[in-house]
Amino acid sequence: MNDVVIGVFASGGFDKAAQGLVGAGRRLADSLGSRLHVVLLGSAALTVADDFARVVDTVIIVDQAEYEPETCLSALTRLCVELLPRAVLLANDTYSQEITPRLAHRLGGSAVGDGVEVHIDGEALCVSRQVYGGKAQAVIELKRKPAVVWLRARSFSPANPRATTGEIRQAVLDVPADTRTRIIERKREASGAARLEEARVIVSGGRGIGGSEPFEMELKPLADLMGAQMAASRAACDAGWVPPTWQVGQTGKKVTPDLYLAIAITGASQHMAGISEAKNIAAINTDPDAPIFKHCRFGIVEDYRKVVPLLREKLVALQK
Amino acid sequence: MNILVCLKQILDPEIPARDFRIDPVKREAERGTANLVTNIFCENALETALQFRERTSDATITVLCYGASTAEDSLRKALAMKADAAALVVNDGNQNPDPLTVARVLAAAIRKLGTFELIMVGREAGDWGAGQTGGLLAEELGLPCVSFVDRIESSDGKLRLKRQTDTGWELFEAELPVVVSITNDEHNVPRIPKVRDVMMSYRQPLTQWKLDDLDIASDEARAGNTYYEVAKLSIPLKETHCEFVTGDTLDERVEKLAKCIVEVTRAL
Repeated sequence: MNDVVIGVFASGGFDKAAQGLVGAGRRLADSLGSRLHVVLLGSAALTVADDFARVVDTVIIVDQAEYEPETCLSALTRLCVELLPRAVLLANDTYSQEITPRLAHRLGGSAVGDGVEVHIDGEALCVSRQVYGGKAQAVIELKRKPAVVWLRARSFSPANPRATTGEIRQAVLDVPADTRTRIIERKREASGAARLEEARVIVSGGRGIGGSEPFEMELKPLADLMGAQMAASRAACDAGWVPPTWQVGQTGKKVTPDLYLAIAITGASQHMAGISEAKNIAAINTDPDAPIFKHCRFGIVEDYRKVVPLLREKLVALQK
Repeated sequence: MNILVCLKQILDPEIPARDFRIDPVKREAERGTANLVTNIFCENALETALQFRERTSDATITVLCYGASTAEDSLRKALAMKADAAALVVNDGNQNPDPLTVARVLAAAIRKLGTFELIMVGREAGDWGAGQTGGLLAEELGLPCVSFVDRIESSDGKLRLKRQTDTGWELFEAELPVVVSITNDEHNVPRIPKVRDVMMSYRQPLTQWKLDDLDIASDEARAGNTYYEVAKLSIPLKETHCEFVTGDTLDERVEKLAKCIVEVTRAL
């Protein structure tokens, strides 16, 4: 079988990451001349089913309300064994990332993550991704079938709606709960805010910020003014100034905003790996030789403590 | 409790991009002047294990590496950080084995080493960044897996695992045995071993095996590419010219900066 399956842990709306994921799936299915199915898991599955139905052949809603890794993995495995897909594509959320290699293993396939491009080359399915902290780009040839791949959000363009709406069906799997691990508490930080991966504008701070207070007192008001999401470098997160969920970089979030304003961030390759797909990067840094400037469209060499308060004034004035 | 921590030795990921070279034929990075270091997330895992042992008196920590013979240095450092025992499986085949090969070798070594209730790995490595070892190892061993954990507590013969998610955190209760992949947070920054302990670590026993010593298809492990293969490796060319805002006063420069920001965000 050459079909393509998309696995979605639906927690929010039909966001840009979901649209990009479907777009990638649609194009892959078209190039294989096959069908595209989406498997929706999670509490928001019903609310997004119609959106998905516009671009896929079948929408399968799974009776697994809350995510549990072992049980969800068993459910997805069972559906994929039925559908026998050539490829399974997932998004870049926590759940997709942890499920991907295990799903591949159970299906006898091969997995790879953080794909920014997927194509078929003869018999092989190839995935482009960054390696060595973004310093190099690799094309990975997946040897076994199916290929199970999680993709970087927003790196793929959406698909056009189709003339016919896909069929929506419920799958009653009754997968027995695997209680070897159980989630006993779930906590959302900064609830209401969009995912960092979805942000159009990001204001990010690094080691040079110097503490949690300037993040709150200086950067936050600036971000609010710009309608931006807040982020940070690994150094700032490891110092405990801001939550780890803010971390951008090779080992944090990979973001794709239209503007990434890096404040007091040197731009170590580890960090750059997280923003290589940003459309525009700008920086405020005291060091004119800071590597970050090599990736910037514009910047200013100055202490952020002097720049940021003034910048807020100027932005307010310009917005009037 | 017997804890096993997997470590990977990698090319120092902190080397600046200008010194980074690749060998396009072998499809891997050139060593150049870069140091070999233990992958940071593996050290975060070891640190998490050490702190767990400090809180629960009866735990032993074994560290395990699959890699070149130089990986002994990573194990010695782990012993200096006060791991209890160390084992190295020397890779005498493909030096860039795919994630499934690595998981199979590690699983075979773990079975040979004994019984472990908690198996820990770093969430991903700073070289290839595949992030698959934890999940594939769990499957090879038939165990459950919890990823992106940053804190482990003992609770009535089970574990409480706090893990990071996109939007916050989740608390797991896990039965033993379990595989856990560790991510960094402010509490598990790896400790610096004492000079004396570094010296002492070279006198401690270190188990060393070859692939042939393990109960595994060693020829397949040496080939290391039945799961996936790096078909191409390149350094992307990216040229950006940074426009530094100019002006006689700070006020003028920041005004220009503000205009640039507005221009970019409005155009979008």
